[in-house]
Amino acid sequence: MKINQKIFLQFGICIILFCLIGILINNLTVNLIRTGLGFNFSWLFKPASFALAEHPLPYTSSDSYAWALFIGWLNSLKVIVSSLILATFLGTIIAFARTGKNSLLGLISAAYITIIRQTPLLLQLMFWYFVGFLGLKDNMFIHIKNIFNITNQGIDFSGLFFSSEFLALSLGLSIFTSAYIAEVIRGGIISVSRGQWEAFRSLGLSERKGLIRIILPQALPAIIPGLTSQYLNLAKNSTLAIAVGYSDIYAINDTIINQTGRAIECFIILLFSFLLLNLLITNTMEIINRLILNSQKHT
Amino acid sequence: MRRLVTGIVGLAALLAGCATTNQDNSSRLNLIKNRNELICGVSGKIPGFSFLKSDGSYQGLDVDICKAFAAAIVGDSEKIQYRPLTAAERFTAIKTGEIDLLSRNTTFTLSRDSSGGNGLTFAPVIFHDGQGLMVKKESKISSLKDLANKSICVGSGTTTEQNINDAFESAALPYTPIKYQDLNQVVAGYLQGRCSAMTSDRSQLAAARSGFKNPKEHIILDDVLSKEPLAPASDGQDQKLADAMRWVVFSLISAEEQGITKSNIDEKVLIAKDNPQLKPLRRFLGIDGGLGEKIGLSNDFVVKVISSTGNYGEIYDRHLGPNSEVPIPRGQNELYNKGGVHISPPFN
Repeated sequence: MKINQKIFLQFGICIILFCLIGILINNLTVNLIRTGLGFNFSWLFKPASFALAEHPLPYTSSDSYAWALFIGWLNSLKVIVSSLILATFLGTIIAFARTGKNSLLGLISAAYITIIRQTPLLLQLMFWYFVGFLGLKDNMFIHIKNIFNITNQGIDFSGLFFSSEFLALSLGLSIFTSAYIAEVIRGGIISVSRGQWEAFRSLGLSERKGLIRIILPQALPAIIPGLTSQYLNLAKNSTLAIAVGYSDIYAINDTIINQTGRAIECFIILLFSFLLLNLLITNTMEIINRLILNSQKHT
Repeated sequence: MRRLVTGIVGLAALLAGCATTNQDNSSRLNLIKNRNELICGVSGKIPGFSFLKSDGSYQGLDVDICKAFAAAIVGDSEKIQYRPLTAAERFTAIKTGEIDLLSRNTTFTLSRDSSGGNGLTFAPVIFHDGQGLMVKKESKISSLKDLANKSICVGSGTTTEQNINDAFESAALPYTPIKYQDLNQVVAGYLQGRCSAMTSDRSQLAAARSGFKNPKEHIILDDVLSKEPLAPASDGQDQKLADAMRWVVFSLISAEEQGITKSNIDEKVLIAKDNPQLKPLRRFLGIDGGLGEKIGLSNDFVVKVISSTGNYGEIYDRHLGPNSEVPIPRGQNELYNKGGVHISPPFN
């Protein structure tokens, strides 16, 4: 009886879900026909006729919309990857400071996490961009001609130029995400039993060595899943680029929607580009996770 | 039995409801009248055109155009729901029916007007604008050429982006566009010195400059990069609403041509009623001819419009005139017989 009930319930839920999706799709097609917006992707190959400030590959305004979107995707990837690395690095340091024995460092890192987590990301990005980077004056800090130049246009490091927009977005995202990553890592470290700490201390290992060699490897399986979801959040938050003038895929999509009026097609493209980005992150993390678990099995 | 009766009555009511809504959907004009309220898409961020005042009311040229439409269609210029929209949201808002019409500094272009493009239809132009560039006086920049290899702050998702590109490309000058989502960010980027110049419609530049700490330290270059005829827009498939909008805008211009103002409209109505020989005036004010009915409005729609907003010249002076907060010389926005381009076809 109980099993029958369960099957019946699940069957019912399936039917309801199926109907709901059907209604949504029907609604979309009916309304697309009604408003004369029907699907069409041929505009993708027409010239974009807008310029881009940053493009990792050659781009001119006579290139196609498709190419402009791809450049935007690369710009997104660039900012996501660099923020990912910086956020992990910062987050790890803060987590160590938070769990360490030094109470001043612990207090500072706790304050950092609290402040960063309790203010909106958009506000932080605006702050880094409009107050931080655009406030930079020529000849501030170090200024070595042709090697290291800081202006409010960006930072030029011996020919390698990073724009203020990229730097503000990258730094803002890294700092915001690092606070969450620090908490994930701290959670992982705490999950390792106290006995392990006492064990390495009694063996005469230093705090730093013990943390890296003994505690962290045992904490990693608990850290990785939380870390993955923070990485995915970071990728999605990168769409706030438009607020600080960085041409990521969302900003370029915004322009294209306005020029072509193809909102639904553009959002579908956006959806799939983010799916691709996030699948990349998830799969890489999955591989790392498996490597860690395997290496632990062998030892 | 009783339940059955209520059921049938309910079903009948539901069907009747469906029937009437179907009928109403033939034109948005009827929908607006039944709702007794106009939903008007505006910007809400451009002083002089549509700006949210500290008391929560919207003001400006674009807003008064909404009011004129509301007076003509609903009979009350205050029965309006304003929807502040970004440049990117505005066309989807019309096509999905979220708003009845758009009065938001929108440039009239072929792709926006065509069924193969954005599928809108435009009312007559209410402000002839052109894209310009604003620079800091101290920068000594005086023309487009001086901006070669410089950064320029642009609002994303507008024709401005395309125009600046066309201008620089045809002059074979390299430049870097820094794109922001809305004008406030463009202004912030420009004032912080991220860009050597900011570009937008000249009216918007003037409006933005009026809010600067030292407006006199900024100059608008003489280069005009584009024609920007700004016009209200509605759904291209709704011919009835488009007709009504077209003639409401013309009535504002025609009233100025004939010297009919908010203060003398009642007097003019009396004169027209007493003098059967004043045929054009009688037709214009809806005493003869039944012109209003032909476009789905009441015959005296012109009287309702002028007595609530005044004629085009009065609206212009109120928001952009020399004594307003955002003075913009009338220039090409004068009537055709005073050196401008505004003209109304006859009300026959």
